[in-house]
Amino acid sequence: MTSTSYNKLIIPDMALAAFPILIPFVLIVLLLMVRHPLVSRILGVAGTLLLAATALTLLVSLQDTGIVTLRMGGWEAPFGIVLVIDHLSVVMLLVASLILLAVALYANRFLPEEIPHTRFYIFFFSLAMGVNGAFITGDAFNLYVWFEVMLISSFVLITSGRKKEQLEGGIKYLALNLIGSMLFLAGLGLLYAKTGTLNMAHLAMILRDDQQALLMNTSAVLFFVAFGIKAALFPLYFWLPSSYHTPDITISSLFAGLLTKVGVYTLFRFFTLFFVHDPSFWHTLLLIAAGLTMVAGGMAAASYYETRRILSYHIISQIGYMIMGLGIFTPMAIAGALYFMVHNMVAKTGTFLASGIIARLKGSYDLKEVGGLYRQNPLLAVLFIIPAFALAGVPPLSGFFAKFILIKAGIDAGQYLITAVALLTGMLTLYSMIKIWNEAFLKKDPGSGSPEIHDRLKPADYLPLALLALGSLLLGLLAAPVFRFFMEMARQLTDPACYIEAVMHNPNILL
Amino acid sequence: MEIVLALLVGILYTAGVYMLLRRSILKFIIGVIYLSNATNLLVFLSAGVVAGNPPFTGPSGPPPPPVADPLPQALVLTAIVIGLGMTVFILALKYKFFDTTGTDDLDQLQQTDNP
Repeated sequence: MTSTSYNKLIIPDMALAAFPILIPFVLIVLLLMVRHPLVSRILGVAGTLLLAATALTLLVSLQDTGIVTLRMGGWEAPFGIVLVIDHLSVVMLLVASLILLAVALYANRFLPEEIPHTRFYIFFFSLAMGVNGAFITGDAFNLYVWFEVMLISSFVLITSGRKKEQLEGGIKYLALNLIGSMLFLAGLGLLYAKTGTLNMAHLAMILRDDQQALLMNTSAVLFFVAFGIKAALFPLYFWLPSSYHTPDITISSLFAGLLTKVGVYTLFRFFTLFFVHDPSFWHTLLLIAAGLTMVAGGMAAASYYETRRILSYHIISQIGYMIMGLGIFTPMAIAGALYFMVHNMVAKTGTFLASGIIARLKGSYDLKEVGGLYRQNPLLAVLFIIPAFALAGVPPLSGFFAKFILIKAGIDAGQYLITAVALLTGMLTLYSMIKIWNEAFLKKDPGSGSPEIHDRLKPADYLPLALLALGSLLLGLLAAPVFRFFMEMARQLTDPACYIEAVMHNPNILL
Repeated sequence: MEIVLALLVGILYTAGVYMLLRRSILKFIIGVIYLSNATNLLVFLSAGVVAGNPPFTGPSGPPPPPVADPLPQALVLTAIVIGLGMTVFILALKYKFFDTTGTDDLDQLQQTDNP
């Protein structure tokens, strides 16, 4: 490895960049041939472990190389599709693989009979392929294709129980997301008409120098609405609370951890890389949407007594914090928002899975019908309180530092209104989490909670929860190095010269 | 030629939005199909309509201009295939939903919104 900054970009193991897509694909093919459910369960966990190992290897190799790229088919950028893995992508890959691993472990034990393991894992991995593809692609149209891969697998998963309310939730989910996809595609068409390219680095080169970039606002608005639907932003979130509580909790947890965050990721990618014209309009719009998203989600969450509905509305509320960071648009705010996103993915999946176990033990998701769990199952109580308090922002858990950075960035940038809204929404979050804690764990068992439903849990059944709780703890306890990493990431995003150079002028075209 | 196709895109979007706002699920699906086709045409139009040589590079080098831009056509092909898959899935879902509930009325879909 030579020491000049230019050669720093040459990557010895470029082919590894395709593995986050290849591994799920190979597993889908294998699972199509498998008949025995035990084999598919083993394949499920082994596959997610492989994905996690790939993400870790990429993270390590990124430390000394900066940005990893892979030209698909050997076509030079901007003509072919390029996979680009920078700090943001690799962190998203890593967190996604952690969530996939936890959900796979949970599914192995708790997936209901009406969803066969083999069928579940086929669509589980095609969802994983779509999500990973969206995180690492450097081509805007390819991103659309990955979005569709992700959507079609999520459609199948959300309706896979075939109960009445699942079909109904599925229709609502599908309707809004299909409209979102079409707006995305229309935005791509207009973008191509104006710039003649769909490579994201090339777009950044063109649009950052363009004097007439205001003309881009038509595409930018289409993208904003499309990703706003996917990310569940304020006026566009209605599909989420009416569908996320209908499927089996395994599937809800998977969606809660991954899907909306892909929308947020894409907003960050597009609005830091090339839609940077006209900041006064866009950042104000983002901040307004962020504030309303926080408040609307937080208030709605406070009004429900069903854990899955509380947590679903709560996803929306937390999306607001991430978009707030994008709207403030200082490196620190972006670092805080991305830190918050990573923390939120881990903690949110954790609380969803915990609520699944509560329902397993007590036979209900309704907080009025459960209680006394702290006495009966202290281990579950601990494993719930860690992600729940992380979401509420209690130190030393991950949420505290993420929110602290965001709020400090807000005050530094003089955005007092949104900062105040964020702080007040924090109260609502705390209220929702304490409500679940009080009702499900501290309150006396209302008695009717029939003890015969009480499922005997083995210690291994807590493994997925423990993994995610450990993730939340480590993200909080190692806040200093984690924050340094996110600051580096935010620098890469706010100054994309490095990204553009890696994609456009990488002399290594051997692969 | 572009102006005619642009008008067609506009009409398709209008019809699609109108159909989306109807109460029947089937009409909603027809609206989705309109919107999807309008979007495909929009992407196709993004490089303009060129009456020229096909964009194939032969042994004698690239063809003389005017040459159509092949990329939007490739994009549209991909989008059409994806749209077809989505339409098939949503039709199957509608069939299954009708089978389970016996209704085609979107106003009846209130079970998952109320506590």
